[in-house]
Amino acid sequence: MTGRRAPGRIAARFARLAAGKRAGFVPYVTAGYPTLDHTRELVAGLAEVGADVIELGIPFSDPMADGPTIQRSSQGALDAGTTTGDVFDVLAGLRRHSDVPVVIFSYLNPVVSRGVGEFIREAVDAGADGVLPTDLPLGADPELESRLSESPLDLVRLIAPTTYPDRIREIARASQGFVYYIARTGVTGARSALRNELAREAGAVRAVSPCPVAVGFGVSTAGHARAVGAAADAAVVGSALVDRLDSGGVEGALSLARELRAALDEVRPDRVLHGMVGQPPSRSSSEGSGVTKRV
Amino acid sequence: MTDATVETGRFGPFGGRYVPETLIPALDELAAAYAEACGDPGFLAEVDALSGDYVGRPTPLYRARSFEAEAGVAPVYLKREDLNHTGAHKINNTLGQALLAKRMGKPRIIAETGAGQHGVATATACALFDMECVVYMGTEDVVRQSLNVYRMELLGAEVRPVDSGTRTLKDATNEALRDWVTNVADTHYIIGSVVGPHPFPLIVRDFQAVIGREARRQILEVEGRLPATVVACVGGGSNAMGMFHAFAADDEVALVGVEAAGEGLGSGRTSASLSEGRPGVLHGSLSYLLQDADGQVAPAHSVAAGLDYPGVGPEHSHFKDTGRARYVSVGDGAAEEAFRSLPGLEGIIPALETAHALAWVTEAGRRGEIQGPVAICLSGRGDKDAVHVAGLGAGS
Repeated sequence: MTGRRAPGRIAARFARLAAGKRAGFVPYVTAGYPTLDHTRELVAGLAEVGADVIELGIPFSDPMADGPTIQRSSQGALDAGTTTGDVFDVLAGLRRHSDVPVVIFSYLNPVVSRGVGEFIREAVDAGADGVLPTDLPLGADPELESRLSESPLDLVRLIAPTTYPDRIREIARASQGFVYYIARTGVTGARSALRNELAREAGAVRAVSPCPVAVGFGVSTAGHARAVGAAADAAVVGSALVDRLDSGGVEGALSLARELRAALDEVRPDRVLHGMVGQPPSRSSSEGSGVTKRV
Repeated sequence: MTDATVETGRFGPFGGRYVPETLIPALDELAAAYAEACGDPGFLAEVDALSGDYVGRPTPLYRARSFEAEAGVAPVYLKREDLNHTGAHKINNTLGQALLAKRMGKPRIIAETGAGQHGVATATACALFDMECVVYMGTEDVVRQSLNVYRMELLGAEVRPVDSGTRTLKDATNEALRDWVTNVADTHYIIGSVVGPHPFPLIVRDFQAVIGREARRQILEVEGRLPATVVACVGGGSNAMGMFHAFAADDEVALVGVEAAGEGLGSGRTSASLSEGRPGVLHGSLSYLLQDADGQVAPAHSVAAGLDYPGVGPEHSHFKDTGRARYVSVGDGAAEEAFRSLPGLEGIIPALETAHALAWVTEAGRRGEIQGPVAICLSGRGDKDAVHVAGLGAGS
């Protein structure tokens, strides 16, 4: 408990974004879809075109929070034989030439199946900065949650449009690195339009959150990215990239990534300086840290 | 149930609430509504009245003398849940949950179904209470339980075939959860077994516990003693938990859950989560789960669509680990044989799911492994399976 608090790569990246008044770009990739080689090429390319954090998804057989696109990519990755070890291997490969922050996105079972200690060890060894378990809501499993939040990995939490205000505050405080605001009730998937209330809701989350707020679910186009970039600290894009990967290969997905990055750079909102390096933690370490990470 | 379980949703280490954040408020709302309903004499009276006038409870406890002769154990009693309205135990739960949904002001109901019995029971409750009803069903099950698809549609439900994954109950459950995440504001998910996130395993268990309460009273009346052995089939495990619950504190009563071994333990084609699985998280709770080394959920298999599920209710996992219940398994072939034999013996056509429990009692009885009195939960009627089994038997 006496270890020095140092910013992780994610906090450092958001601090840099905030200092430059830029909105972050957080692409999601299903590891192993359609093959591991595609994923290697894609994540390297995403780092190059200006991804601020990459969400690297471990494919799962039963992705209950995902819509048809990511169900398809997950199943495709598993059909191609992708294992959790392969996902870490892709990450270790990326680390040879890039220090882009990477969050491992996973359903809980691949984590608990490995044993949470072993999972953390392998993820850290591979160079992961955070973990985002989609089915581990705040308070669901305090022991497991503290093992993750006390590890060198940032435990990234999700807030939904249905989350009540007191709980929004609690989740934002417990989240590490950034907090993920789900743009709509429902599953992942590209959409033609974002909800009108989104900017107001994201603003309400930012108002109480000690850490940066990323918004995802349905963010598909440059226009969406601009809207999200104006209201939040970062935009998460998943299904639209997978769709583009299907239709245009890695180059197609990267060209969408460039468009999204450019769109986010058109936004110059007056943003609160979230994620400043060196900001003192406002709570005891047992509550987790929204901004910095004990290492 | 202990107060701790009500509070935490844990049965020992099992259970819990491993769901996307979006569902947490709905689960809190459901838990609160259920707690309130349980304290409302009006609600309990309404459930009781429907149980009697509409479902036909209490169901008989019938002594099956010809079956006894075959199995070499006596006496054997069948708890006739097949005589419930809609032909299975499932309606005990769906009426209760539909009433809860009404209390919560949610006009739209969704459900998953495997064998179709839960779908039919849900569609029935929705017809009765004039609620919108959508039932998710794997495309494989739509084929093998086509009679129940027609019944659901007659009752006014929309059946949505699910073509992802293994195209069975697991995938229907995924799709129902996706619908719920999307439409949670006006929709209640009537989950069909003692599975899913807290408070579902508790609620479903409580609504099904009427089976064991009646059976316990009935056997005491006719035998003057408790059964030595209580047996039920286990997929998700709702008829079994409903049957077991009233006997859980009777240490002298052996509780036996019969899983589907499919093509045999070790074949990789089973649904025997408790026999062959290890703890994992699926559909919102921690429980025994068929999975590979990487935690990917393994495809289950059983000839009985209602048992064809890689998970199991968390309270069963707890009963396994504490030794309160014993879990065994029976394969497709033995279950089909029991399905074919009970009609001639007793004039009762059991569901293929139920046939697993009957098959195990026959095997264990012949080996002299169990003592009477035996009480078997005859969880459902087998009309839905007749065409499918007739097709399977065509070559033999």
